[in-house]
Amino acid sequence: MSGTPAPTPAPTSALAPGQTPARRPTATPAATTAPRGAPRRRRRRAGPPLVTLAGLLTLCYLVLPNLVVLLFSFNKPDGRFNYTWRRFSADAWTDPCSVAGLCDSLALSLRIAAWATLGATVLGTAAAFALARHRFRGRPGVNALVFLPMAMPEVVMAASLLTLFLNLGVRLGFWTVLLAHITFCLSFVVTAVKARILSMDPRLEEAARDLYAGPVRTFLRVTLPIAAPGIAAGALLAFALSFDDFVITNFTAGSAVTFPMYVWGSVQRGTPVQVNVIGSAMFAVAVAAVAAGQLVGRHRRARADRRAGTPKSWHEVAS
Amino acid sequence: MTEPISPQAVPVPEPGAAGDLRLAGISKTYGTVRAVRPLDLTVEQGSFFALLGASGCGKTTTLRMIAGLEEPTTGAVLLGGHDVTDLPAHKRPVNTVFQSYALFPHLDVHENVAFGLRRRGIRSVRAKVGEMLDLVQLGDHARRRPHQLSGGQQQRVALARALINRPRVLLLDEPLAALDLALRRRMRLELKRVQTEVGITFVHVTHDQEEAMALADTVAVMNAGRVEQLGPPAELYDRPGTPFVAGFLGTSNLVEATVTTTGGDEITVTAGGVALRVPAGRCPRDIARGDTLLIGVRPEKISLTHADDTGTGSGGVGGAADGGGSVADGRNRLTGRIVDAAFLGVSTQYVIDSPVRAGLEVYVQNVDHGRGPWPGAEVVLHWDPAHTFGLRDEPAAATGGGI
Repeated sequence: MSGTPAPTPAPTSALAPGQTPARRPTATPAATTAPRGAPRRRRRRAGPPLVTLAGLLTLCYLVLPNLVVLLFSFNKPDGRFNYTWRRFSADAWTDPCSVAGLCDSLALSLRIAAWATLGATVLGTAAAFALARHRFRGRPGVNALVFLPMAMPEVVMAASLLTLFLNLGVRLGFWTVLLAHITFCLSFVVTAVKARILSMDPRLEEAARDLYAGPVRTFLRVTLPIAAPGIAAGALLAFALSFDDFVITNFTAGSAVTFPMYVWGSVQRGTPVQVNVIGSAMFAVAVAAVAAGQLVGRHRRARADRRAGTPKSWHEVAS
Repeated sequence: MTEPISPQAVPVPEPGAAGDLRLAGISKTYGTVRAVRPLDLTVEQGSFFALLGASGCGKTTTLRMIAGLEEPTTGAVLLGGHDVTDLPAHKRPVNTVFQSYALFPHLDVHENVAFGLRRRGIRSVRAKVGEMLDLVQLGDHARRRPHQLSGGQQQRVALARALINRPRVLLLDEPLAALDLALRRRMRLELKRVQTEVGITFVHVTHDQEEAMALADTVAVMNAGRVEQLGPPAELYDRPGTPFVAGFLGTSNLVEATVTTTGGDEITVTAGGVALRVPAGRCPRDIARGDTLLIGVRPEKISLTHADDTGTGSGGVGGAADGGGSVADGRNRLTGRIVDAAFLGVSTQYVIDSPVRAGLEVYVQNVDHGRGPWPGAEVVLHWDPAHTFGLRDEPAAATGGGI
């Protein structure tokens, strides 16, 4: 890795943040750490321009549609259709609920997504623990069945759920949508949580038991915190999938209207600008959440480093 | 093997009294595999005990049974006279330092160390944790996460996390195996220092004979699910009870020989026509004429002399009877030719082919400036008969060897 010939002997010009030139080791044993970190720093500084270009193009490809939606949320269209730019207006942003039914559908979607996330996360986490930790009869079968909703075409699942609900004589509405959403979210949660549990060192739980934690406390203090990132990932995935689902919802909703269904219906009548507002707001919330997560992580790392001082090399143990 | 394990012990009232750890007929079977054969052991309170053996010999399973992480198939674990066999791991006053350390990745060093105290409902942990971190010299690392520490530092945290609970017995499962040689040596001294300081019984599992000898008051050598021999390291080294122990704990030159005379303090054997003398006290009991014995001597006990200098010519067969040269009377001697010499700094390791056995090993201290004999040289190997030991060419009895 460090074998790449470099014109400059040491990357003194490319110091990582938080590292002062004075700290540069010269001939101490700690100098062995320098070449290891060097190539990474160098790459970050001056990556090949093609890589940067490709990255920027991909980013544009991903973000451009969202930017168009954002732009048209400030439009004031003449007719019903918001497809051509007329003039700037913030009316839709100041009063997003002015369109009949829009905010009701949004509230319903949020409600369903929240409950579906809760249900799928609780059930999925329990199922993931069962599948990862216990050997029982029919485990391979359950593993395959849990995976099925992910692999199956959505419309097939939608049709079969509708058939089931009709045969059972259940009235279509909030509850049928919620049940359907929990069903397909479940497999994503199980997959995410199971991966996390399987990668966990079983000795950690043994260590907890060894340190006077009974089964419940071992689970609450060690297993659950370590599995938490997997559970959180599963929950986020479930929320996004549920909030955004159209096909299955459309089959099982009866007269209830969720936000995706509202958008779909409004396309024919002319989509109100407020839909762009909601869409842009959702995008902004998602971006803000990711950015916040990054910032918190960086802050935490920086704080830990500051407390710990500069990382010591492997051999440099106080003795 | 229920007798106290350490002969130089302070007077112990009774086995199983005080705070001793006692394993009574403990065994573990997985399906048809017998991981640990019925085993009796007493570990004295406050001692440093090592279970030494190759991987798969059952030493880690034994340790896990003491910790309560593994249920014994038969037998009992007694702590200070109390049967703790049925106590789950979290109720045993025993703590473990795991081989991979098993530090909680989501907690910082301080919280890792405080874990056991908190689980027992102790509120004010700060002072104790600080004290313990000072003991392992990690006082200024309290807020680091485990992944920010080096291997040696993680090892110290694992030690502190277990020790802070003041367990009756501290179990160490190959705690130094993941460290490089230099660090391992240093941590070895550290472990010994900490044990002396806290005075807690340490049971240490390792496959490293040097580590076991350096650390432990008593070493139990395990092989194929049973204890072959146990005793103080010097005694095991000086008088191994089985060929396995002789080979696993350091190196031994073992030569097959036939007993010619018995009786008195010394027995005589012949190996390839050469007469050798062995102290009777360093041989198995009930030796009879005509028995086959393995005669052993440690490589560093042997001296080398050029065959020309001994005045015995190059014959050497039956050389023990001859005197003269620079080899004193009464020493056991063998002849041979050096086939290999490796300079090791403090000593030179010679490999010597003898008519009696090929590949004898000899370590000669590099005391003088001059070079020792070269490969190809004819030499006489001679040593004090008192350093010779005799072994039966069979494993120890199923219950394990005593002292």
